[in-house]
Amino acid sequence: MAKITYIDQQGNSKTIEVQNGLSVMEGAIQNDIPGIDADCGGSMACATCHVYVEEKWLDKLPKAEDGEIDMIDMAFEPKKNSRLSCQIIVSEELDGLLVTTPEKQS
Amino acid sequence: MIKTDVIIIGAGPVGLFAVHQLGIKGLKAVVVDNLDKVGGQCIELYPDKPIYDIPAVPECTGEELTKKLMEQIKPFKTEFFLNERVDEVKQDKDNWFVKTSNNKNFIAPNIMIAGGVGSFEPRKLSLKEAEKYEGKSLFYSVKNKEKFKNKNITIFGGGDSALDWALELSKFSKINLVHRRDEFRGAPHTLSEIKKKEKEGKIAIKTPCQLESIEGDENIKSVSIKFDDGKKEKITTDIILSFFGLIMKLGPIAEWGLNMDKKTIEVDSEKFETNKKGIFAVGDICTYPGKLKLILSGFHEVALASVECFKRARPNEKYRFEFTTASKTIQKRLGKND
Repeated sequence: MAKITYIDQQGNSKTIEVQNGLSVMEGAIQNDIPGIDADCGGSMACATCHVYVEEKWLDKLPKAEDGEIDMIDMAFEPKKNSRLSCQIIVSEELDGLLVTTPEKQS
Repeated sequence: MIKTDVIIIGAGPVGLFAVHQLGIKGLKAVVVDNLDKVGGQCIELYPDKPIYDIPAVPECTGEELTKKLMEQIKPFKTEFFLNERVDEVKQDKDNWFVKTSNNKNFIAPNIMIAGGVGSFEPRKLSLKEAEKYEGKSLFYSVKNKEKFKNKNITIFGGGDSALDWALELSKFSKINLVHRRDEFRGAPHTLSEIKKKEKEGKIAIKTPCQLESIEGDENIKSVSIKFDDGKKEKITTDIILSFFGLIMKLGPIAEWGLNMDKKTIEVDSEKFETNKKGIFAVGDICTYPGKLKLILSGFHEVALASVECFKRARPNEKYRFEFTTASKTIQKRLGKND
């Protein structure tokens, strides 16, 4: 289990406990966190689960693979700390992870 | 007005297999899809990615699956209406009347919605001013190259479409290629061609940077971009081409009076019928207790939904359950024992 915090562009934040092995996207969908659409269901094919990862966590996450970076090109307003939340798998090490959802996903 | 037994909305794997399940029951179907080709997400999102959970097919790509399905439904000589979105659905006694974005009209006792997550549409620029130039000097696809001759064109994006059009249009226009990072995603040959054109001064590559604003009055005059290091640049521009891929939009489906749960349509798990008699939803777009968004679930759903379609399309005939291995009628429909 890890506590993951999701913050939207208005600053509303929600912290939930996500089971190890689930993705940050799945954690959001199962808990009705708004701001993450995940249209393709986690196959790294749509960029609608795009999040901004708090800078200090960036290096602690496994590097994004090429396919993910290519998809982020298609995301709404990508930044240096952009990731697809379907590709961030929750583990104890991610306890306290903070992600911000973009203004919109598409 | 085209009369048929079932109007299938969506040409993804589930929509295609619906043609088969209806066809072996002797029902005629038409298929409408907003994309310019069949295959849906399999073709648009992951043509090269292997799928491992199609029964008896240990591994195949989205493209291979689509090809095989097309082969499987060939005997039914189904008509496809591509590049068309279903905009309107209206009841006409026991029938449903459907109108597409291309003004085609259909009438049938059944509609089968196999729409996935909705229709694919280009991802648009988020700038407010972008909208007023859309279709005039800002485009998300190239339909007629002639329009793009002898212009200053700024292309946004780093994928295949952006690169291919940069190359093609650089033959007769000045191209600026803007991308948010230094790496482009394209075939090695395309990338080396782009480099060549850059040396020749036909293509100016601007990376890593993003669009800040569009300036102009009736037409676009320039775009301002901002580099990652904070530097800004104004580029003289007549035409913007933006290639940020496709997004899926539920679109008009939400307005047909169907019971919805978020972006999915509620159905029963016996006939996969919606709250409207004769409108069915199958595949990723439908929801019921325990629903799994798998292609194989969609195949099961169309098999059952097609039985109810038969009852509605042939009210005076009795439905007979038959196996393809034993039924001469089915084999004849498949063109096997002529």
